Amino acid sequence: MRYLSEYRDPTIAKKLIEDIKRLSKKPVKFMEVCGTHTVSISKNGIRQVLPENISLLSGPGCPVCVTANGDIDKAIAIAEAPDVIFTTFGDMMKVPGSYSSLAGKRADGADVRIVYSTLDALKIAKNNPDKKVVFFAVGFETTAPTIALSILEAHRQGIKNYFIYSVHKLVPPAMAALLNLGEVKLDGFICPGHVSVIIGSKPYEFIARDYKISCVIAGFEPIDILQSIYMLVSQVENGEAKVEIGYKRGVSFLGNTKAQEVMEEVFRPCDADWRGIGVIPESGLALSNNFKGFDAVEIFDIDVPPTREPVGCSCGEILRGVKLPYDCKLFGKACTPENPAGPCMVSTEGSCAAYYRYGESS
Amino acid sequence: MCLAVPGKVVRLKDLDMADVEIGGVETEVGLQLVSDVKVDEYVLVHAGYAINKIDEEGAKEMMELFKEIGELDEIAKLREDDEIS
Ligand code: SF4
Repeated sequence: MRYLSEYRDPTIAKKLIEDIKRLSKKPVKFMEVCGTHTVSISKNGIRQVLPENISLLSGPGCPVCVTANGDIDKAIAIAEAPDVIFTTFGDMMKVPGSYSSLAGKRADGADVRIVYSTLDALKIAKNNPDKKVVFFAVGFETTAPTIALSILEAHRQGIKNYFIYSVHKLVPPAMAALLNLGEVKLDGFICPGHVSVIIGSKPYEFIARDYKISCVIAGFEPIDILQSIYMLVSQVENGEAKVEIGYKRGVSFLGNTKAQEVMEEVFRPCDADWRGIGVIPESGLALSNNFKGFDAVEIFDIDVPPTREPVGCSCGEILRGVKLPYDCKLFGKACTPENPAGPCMVSTEGSCAAYYRYGESS
Repeated sequence: MCLAVPGKVVRLKDLDMADVEIGGVETEVGLQLVSDVKVDEYVLVHAGYAINKIDEEGAKEMMELFKEIGELDEIAKLREDDEIS
């Protein structure tokens, strides 16, 4: 963990912290819904510099962590099918499913390859015309347009052996689902920066309007995060709930409309299963009818045994903001980044990994 | 996973592609999601595609940050690990 004096701009940070302390009277709970924010908050010791009445909870902000066990099992089953090259972002490799992981299957001989982008997966498909190349489409609104483009490109080039297995998820419906559950009483959301680059600030409006919860879109520097907390505190103290953008460099009201159009052309909203939360209506993306031919679910007969959750792992509660990583009895003992029991410790952006790496404790 | 990193456009190529310098390494990036990008401008790159244009000042600030948290190294390493064949 770093200290205030090590921030790039310690004077501004100090001023923001003083302002927050001066302004903040009520006890409040804010949730960050972005794994990159979780890392930045832990790394920069932001929890420790805030007054005691402000608590920060980590939400379902890491796409790897929120992928349901059953969906990982299905991905593994596809990877094991004959004549398949299974491509994935590196983050998904080590995440345990019910019985194994993609990395485990690769060690057993399945052809699983890490790619940095769908451009690479398409290249693999072109280079291996006699194989079925499947890309594991994981990610929020930030990532979905890049996957959509690969479908349009495969369609344009007539590549017939490229498929995706989509477990894409949408952030605003998950925020609403947490509020509907009512387990944690939140006062505000620190909204994700790069998801919002794509979707803009507009899709959060209903949260402020219907649930009366403050939303501030934040950048990633410690100063950005402190500033967004300041903005949230002033809303709460003034009895307001609105959507504000604290990350003006990258985010606008409407977002990247070109990316939204691509996403809408290729995908349609569908119900999706979130680890720890369950099925949330219209919170995922499936290929639209015109592009069904690229859907691995249509091509492969996927039959998996009942799922099994990792024993003793509290990832589900952590993703809902009900527990913090150090509340899990395996944290730092039977579960470490070297030997992870659950996805929140596997992914670098998982809450458990962030807390562990930067030594946060109760 | 939603991490996006700033890069500088070095060269425009066919089919809406460009070479973009990210943390000192040139990478091929798709420009299909952004409009009117020129050489020497900065873009925010995620999973092989530019998802937004950003101004130089914003880009430099972000590069500093990512250098600090070692993300740029991580991305260079990811590229090395890439298993295309
Ligand atoms: S510490 Fe490990 S076992 Fe506990 S919740 Fe986190 S990932 Fe799961």
